[in-house]
Amino acid sequence: MSPGFPLAMGITLTYLGAIVVIPLAALVLKPWALGVDGVWKVLSDPRVLAALRLSFGSAILAALVDAVLGTVIGWTLVRYQFPGRRLLDALVDLPFALPTAVAGIALTALYAPNGPLGGLAALAGIKTAYSPLGIFIALIFVGLPFVVRAIEPVLSELDQEVEEAARTLGATDFQRVAMVVAPALLPSLISGVGLAFARGLGEYGSVIFIAGNMPMRTEIAPLLIVIKLEEFDYSGAALIGLTMVVMAFGMLLVINALQTLIARRGAA
Amino acid sequence: MKPVVRLPGVAPLLLLFSVTVLGLLILLPLGVVFQQAFAKGLSAYIAPLLDPDAQAAIRLTLLVAAISVPLNAIFGVAAAWTVARFEFRGKTLLLALIDLPFSISPVVSGLVWVLLFGAEGWFGAMLQAWGVKIIFATTGLVLATILVTLPFVARELIPLMQAQGADEEAAALTLGASGFITFFRVTLPNIKWALIYGVLLCNARAMGEFGAVSVVSGHIRGVTDTLPLHIEALYNDYDFVGAFAVATLLASLGLVTLVVKTALEWRFADELAASRRH
Amino acid sequence: MPLEIKSLSKAFGQYPALKDVSLTAADGEFLALLGPSGSGKTTLLRILAGLEQPDSGEVLLNGEDFLSESIGARRVGMVFQHYALFRHMTVDQNIAFGLKVRPASARPNRKAIAARVDELLTLMQLEGLNRRYPSQLSGGQRQRVALARALAIEPRMLLLDEPFGALDAQVRRELRRWLRQVHDRTGVTTVFVTHDQEEALDLADRVAVLKDGALVQMGEPHQVYADPATAFVYDFLGPACRLSAVVAGDRLTVADWTNAAPPGAPSGKVELYFRPNDVSLSPADGPGFSAKVLHAGVRGASGKIECAVGEVILELEAAVSPRPAFLSRGADIRVLPNRCKLYPSAD
Repeated sequence: MSPGFPLAMGITLTYLGAIVVIPLAALVLKPWALGVDGVWKVLSDPRVLAALRLSFGSAILAALVDAVLGTVIGWTLVRYQFPGRRLLDALVDLPFALPTAVAGIALTALYAPNGPLGGLAALAGIKTAYSPLGIFIALIFVGLPFVVRAIEPVLSELDQEVEEAARTLGATDFQRVAMVVAPALLPSLISGVGLAFARGLGEYGSVIFIAGNMPMRTEIAPLLIVIKLEEFDYSGAALIGLTMVVMAFGMLLVINALQTLIARRGAA
Repeated sequence: MKPVVRLPGVAPLLLLFSVTVLGLLILLPLGVVFQQAFAKGLSAYIAPLLDPDAQAAIRLTLLVAAISVPLNAIFGVAAAWTVARFEFRGKTLLLALIDLPFSISPVVSGLVWVLLFGAEGWFGAMLQAWGVKIIFATTGLVLATILVTLPFVARELIPLMQAQGADEEAAALTLGASGFITFFRVTLPNIKWALIYGVLLCNARAMGEFGAVSVVSGHIRGVTDTLPLHIEALYNDYDFVGAFAVATLLASLGLVTLVVKTALEWRFADELAASRRH
Repeated sequence: MPLEIKSLSKAFGQYPALKDVSLTAADGEFLALLGPSGSGKTTLLRILAGLEQPDSGEVLLNGEDFLSESIGARRVGMVFQHYALFRHMTVDQNIAFGLKVRPASARPNRKAIAARVDELLTLMQLEGLNRRYPSQLSGGQRQRVALARALAIEPRMLLLDEPFGALDAQVRRELRRWLRQVHDRTGVTTVFVTHDQEEALDLADRVAVLKDGALVQMGEPHQVYADPATAFVYDFLGPACRLSAVVAGDRLTVADWTNAAPPGAPSGKVELYFRPNDVSLSPADGPGFSAKVLHAGVRGASGKIECAVGEVILELEAAVSPRPAFLSRGADIRVLPNRCKLYPSAD
């Protein structure tokens, strides 16, 4: 029986209470100062809806793109040996280690119309910075490490014999990957995508510079919160914030449910 | 560690793809920071760093981190001890609460403090009466940073301490050591590397935090601007070289963090958390 | 299908895993590859499966070049030590896998696949378990599923890599019987890798003993057991007692006993090997060499006699009841090996 329960529990609860629970309570309660009608008015405001749609939509799409990119990159890093592999592997963590504001201005410099990549895109008639596409790109950047890091451990622990069995039974490389490896990866891939989504939904610093921030078009939900605060519309700001928290949680619940569904079968 | 497969054919393609994506997506932005910072030469690079407002921002960033990180470290240890060594109802809820800051937008993490301590906040009137300023002051910055970086240390320690088990501590206790001695001489050495790793990540995030501090800061240059906020200020003033020059400081912090993190992962894979995946 | 392996060699970097190994297996034969770890038996098996490529040598199955075929085309059924079942698939789906992945032209229709799966479930006595997942099965059941999965594709050859290594003794014995029955029913050429000599001698039609990447001896179990080609094989195949001896002319001298040397015995210094349960023990005036009884006890159903021949201590087996009076601690006895083998001394 370990000692120190009262002290440890005390510190934990007090800290959590002061830093997380009470602030969260404020977030949950404040919007209702508007009254149910007021809440509905804000939530149905076209500008708010546009911002929520933009944040939610780009986060999901970016997470899905990250799923593809992350799987390929994770696979390459785990399955093959090549010079510089460790360097590449460390590079995957950069979006996670780099401060968001730094990432934000860097991405903008790259994708602005006069930037190297933005200029190229402009030649093709594609607007990257100051458009939803720019937001999309920034979120892909931010979410990539979550997917890669989620699937790497599973990939490296995959039993070689199982894949050999599939080969001796006549499976082509494609069949082997699709029918044997992919199902094993799925739970952690879903988890990684969920984390990438949650991160992208609320991302501020990486996106705010490249977005352009035009209401109804390139205004992300977190920015709308800041704007409402500057207008002293605390309840409105809290409402949007609460909505985002609910969205993030909803997604986490969906992911957990998906994983339980899958894990019930495969656990060995 | 199973042998790595060598597959001809697809491999070079995958490799090319990965290198291209990582290069375009990740390496380029990093490169741009330095390229832009030095675009107008060395003196144009150094000047923004020596500017008094920048110096103040550096000091403020360091101060905020110096307060937030140790506090979160202590919390992390306490939380890990609680979760890993005892059984109680509501553990899942506790873990969810600890993970919460990871799932919410940093802007929301700043917003909640305004809701509590802002002029119209729950404690707003009280604070005004006492003449205490939290929002638009350093305290607010610290609180916002603490909330955003709260999970980092705990998330590293909890799985590790669960995996390590209480046997060694039990032995120390039966040999007559007090709880505190056991903790400092038995537990702490065992979790040393995971603690350092968690503190490292916590610090990197604390110094680089933008969204949360943006909400609670008064954006007063030289007073309530941390480094990320200062970068934003310079950028919005179209002082791009200045913004990127200051950004190199944080980018270097990011790189150093990355290097140390990788080094820790290589050498101490066993002593780090079973799930050190963010 | 008859199998011919010719001069197969394989090295991993500097390490020679297989050195010029040649052997054959007749159609439908059950061949055991027996040897300690590092003997190259698993490498040989994996080359047969196509999971490794040899550096040199040939393999002919039914007279055709086997090595040039891809893994899938070889139609070889492989059973792994840790089952390697697809854990997100049911038993049904595992067994059907090899049939489902066939290209459309070669793939049987759904009813045919289902019928084959049922057939195998019955053969392996796995009925009722078909909807279960591997995590819901015992070790023995999992291995039967693995076997069924390998047989589903009607393999030209069945390869088993220490399939019972992960199971406990009782299950192992049961599955041994199974495997032999299945083999006899299906008539598939089978190559079975193991380090357990009891298993190899019990199951195989012929045994190939490998050491350090080379084939040391090959033959039917009773042949190999009775007439091991080297001291290593003798020692590996069963409990062995060893004494130094000398052959001079046609006389064999071991300890204080001299007898006619068996025909064809090597001359000079030799090592005498015999089985501890293949001796005749008699009191001090009997035939054989002298030994002093250190301890007379019981092990299982037989008596364990520990005795000293000079500096060497031997552990012999003798029938327990009734224990002859002369086999008591401290007594001087005579030991006569009923059968023995002589090998040239290493020095």
